[in-house]
Amino acid sequence: MALASHRHISSCLCSIHSSLCYSTRPEMERSSLQRQLANLKKSLFDQGNLDEQFDQLEELQDDASPNFVEEVVTLFFRDSSRLVANIEQAIEKSPRDYGSLDALVHQLKDSASSIGAAKMMKECTVFREYCDKRNLEGCLRSFQKVKKEHSTLRLKLENYFQLLRQVGPAEKATRSGN
Amino acid sequence: MSSSRGGNGCGGEGERQIHVLAVDDSSVDRAMIARILRSSKYRVTTVDSGKKALELLVLEPDVNMIITDYWMPEMTGYELLKRVKESSELREIPVVIMSSENVPNRINRCLEEGAEDFLLKPVRPSDVSRLCSRIR
Repeated sequence: MALASHRHISSCLCSIHSSLCYSTRPEMERSSLQRQLANLKKSLFDQGNLDEQFDQLEELQDDASPNFVEEVVTLFFRDSSRLVANIEQAIEKSPRDYGSLDALVHQLKDSASSIGAAKMMKECTVFREYCDKRNLEGCLRSFQKVKKEHSTLRLKLENYFQLLRQVGPAEKATRSGN
Repeated sequence: MSSSRGGNGCGGEGERQIHVLAVDDSSVDRAMIARILRSSKYRVTTVDSGKKALELLVLEPDVNMIITDYWMPEMTGYELLKRVKESSELREIPVVIMSSENVPNRINRCLEEGAEDFLLKPVRPSDVSRLCSRIR
């Protein structure tokens, strides 16, 4: 009798345990994704790829415009890729028109500032200084840095939005400072 | 999902909704300014050049405010401002200039030419709220 009831209790416990596991597994996965999302966002800010202007974009997102941030970032990469290609052409042209080159870098910088792409803005500022001095070496060096940051940022933000989609529309990454 | 801040409904409602024409050659900035204005309940039309802005102003006489970027190819925001202020039909429309550069001469020139205000980019919802009392 005692043995039977012991078996009964442990089988009850087993089924409770497995039903608990079944209901918490998606929650555990979700909270792991949320952590990854928060860490990715923190790294974007800590490493200076983004600044508080990005937070401003997130503030503008709401139920009426639920994908606003991703839409604006997509527009940014579309425009900036075109500008990078144009800069590539302008820098290889002979004779070099530093005025036109500067105008293109200026546009790129402005675009970057709208989404809070801080490192890109810094690299563009340096690039413009070299344009001003008509220093080709300097221009070429800073353009390499601009292109590198452009690729890095694109990759990191693609990951960010992918994670955001997995976590679900009701979630938002914690603020950069947390 | 956070609700957007700065959405103080200044743009009005229904028939009394304020119609803003936003002019910027950058698609990113057009998206930003449109979102900020719409979250304050303004009705917004965006165009990517001064030329298109002038064409639209002829077709749509109900524009209550123009907000324009300063640096644009072909026609700058300053040139657009001048054209608007020189026109008897359009001169009453308030014009706000936006620029990423804080150049005092530029700002003064625009204000002297009749600009309502000069906003530094990136524009924030609080900048738009500031315009509220001036436009009504």
